Amino acid sequence: MAFGPFLLLALMEGLVTAAVLALTALGLSLVFGVMRVVNVAHGAFFMLGAVGAWFVTEWVGNPPALGFALALVICPLAVGAIAALANGLVLKRLNYDPEATIVATIGLLYIFQQMALTLYGPDARPVPAPFSFRVQLPWFGYSGYKLAVIGAAAVVLAGVWLVLNRSKIGLVMRATQIDREMAQAFGINVDRVYAGVFAMGAGLAAVAAVLIVPIQQAHYLMGGDPLLLSFIVVIIGGLGSLRGTLVAALLIGLSDGVISVFFSPTLAKIIATLLVALVLVFRPQGLFGRQVTR
Amino acid sequence: MLKISDLCAGYGGAQVLHDLNLDVRPAEILCVMGRNGAGKTTLLRAIMGQLARQSGHIILDGTDIQTLPAHQVPRLGIGYVPQGRRLFGELTVAENMEIGLQTRGRGAVTRDRVLQLFPRLRDRLGQISQTLSGGEQQMLAIARALCLEPKILLLDEPSEGLQPSMIRLIGDTVRALRQTGVAIVLVEQRVAPVLAVADRVAFIERGTCAEICDATDLNTNAPQFQRYVGV
Repeated sequence: MAFGPFLLLALMEGLVTAAVLALTALGLSLVFGVMRVVNVAHGAFFMLGAVGAWFVTEWVGNPPALGFALALVICPLAVGAIAALANGLVLKRLNYDPEATIVATIGLLYIFQQMALTLYGPDARPVPAPFSFRVQLPWFGYSGYKLAVIGAAAVVLAGVWLVLNRSKIGLVMRATQIDREMAQAFGINVDRVYAGVFAMGAGLAAVAAVLIVPIQQAHYLMGGDPLLLSFIVVIIGGLGSLRGTLVAALLIGLSDGVISVFFSPTLAKIIATLLVALVLVFRPQGLFGRQVTR
Repeated sequence: MLKISDLCAGYGGAQVLHDLNLDVRPAEILCVMGRNGAGKTTLLRAIMGQLARQSGHIILDGTDIQTLPAHQVPRLGIGYVPQGRRLFGELTVAENMEIGLQTRGRGAVTRDRVLQLFPRLRDRLGQISQTLSGGEQQMLAIARALCLEPKILLLDEPSEGLQPSMIRLIGDTVRALRQTGVAIVLVEQRVAPVLAVADRVAFIERGTCAEICDATDLNTNAPQFQRYVGV
């Protein structure tokens, strides 16, 4: 294949990665932005979404599209409910203390992993794609499902943007993010906002997982890579910045796609990690984050 | 209307208020004065439920608000303008007001009434609040609190850092609010603005209410100002 089409293929693969990464990282970024909680369990919520999708599609059977559609609705809601429960049982009791919640979410990560291992087993299992057709380009054919993943992620991201910027719920979330104490002084139930945001963040990770699981297979340890990449994205983009998260996800996703195709996936991860180090040294608040003054 | 009895409160292990007693009457302007660190801001924060409960009672129209979660206090009709304004800086003027409106206000009716008090804000509804001038930010801080349709408005040093014309405007606004039946608790360090608006003045010393005077009994040379405020 000539260089041009090869590059196009790499960019398209990168776009798929970027789309899923943007959803996952946005959940992590929202939780940190509003609650100031570094949620290490975010990768476990991603995994629960994928494993849940396997259970739902197995339960429904044929046609695969019906099972997948149900999984796309049920899994984010179920994972969001689990997250809200974890928030109430653990994080709220720690008064959302930044250091304590890091340790607590590490604990949650292991609990969810071991629960998945017990109930689901150690095997990686495939989830059938809801449809399979190829878009035939002049140089190569490309999976129609992967293009649908990009489209679906864009729709969800636009929905989140609308909720945050054009709804009363979003206004309450932004006010809480800016000043928790003053939000309370204006009648906002901060505990309820936190529960909602934590559930929403986990739900976004679950949406991303359901979308990607027909490409990757479901496995109880599959949350590690998305967690690492999400942290890379939110650090580069700026913790709590929606715009920064999207730009960084695009940057990391595309570079991951191109470098993986032309060189190796390992080199892509090395470069991404190097980029994080550079950002932390030269612009610690990230590309679009706010400078924190003490 | 608001009765505070034997209130003890503070931050963590440090107790700032010691058995403080105070009452706020309907439609009055009660000014609270005292030296730095006397406990004036702590008193307002305790009323708003922002400090861990220690002991004592804060009764608003028969309800002990000390037992309520902080977010329920403004729902009972207490508006708060904190020291330094603490606007939601990245939100627009309209969004700052909307936060108050959606908790307790009556939507467009309340909003229009508040904007009549501060017509300058009407032209800046779409502006990000942290880009307003200092005076406009103070107007917005008061407007945002008024969007709660409060029965009592707590103002913590609203004239701090403002030019004289803006201080006069705030004084006029406070008097206009009293006419509508709103009780005002005004924490202030300077004598002139206090004497211009106050019905009563409470002097706080070392976390307790040392003396309460009718404003008509005070003048700029009153010994209480020297004793409790140091001016």
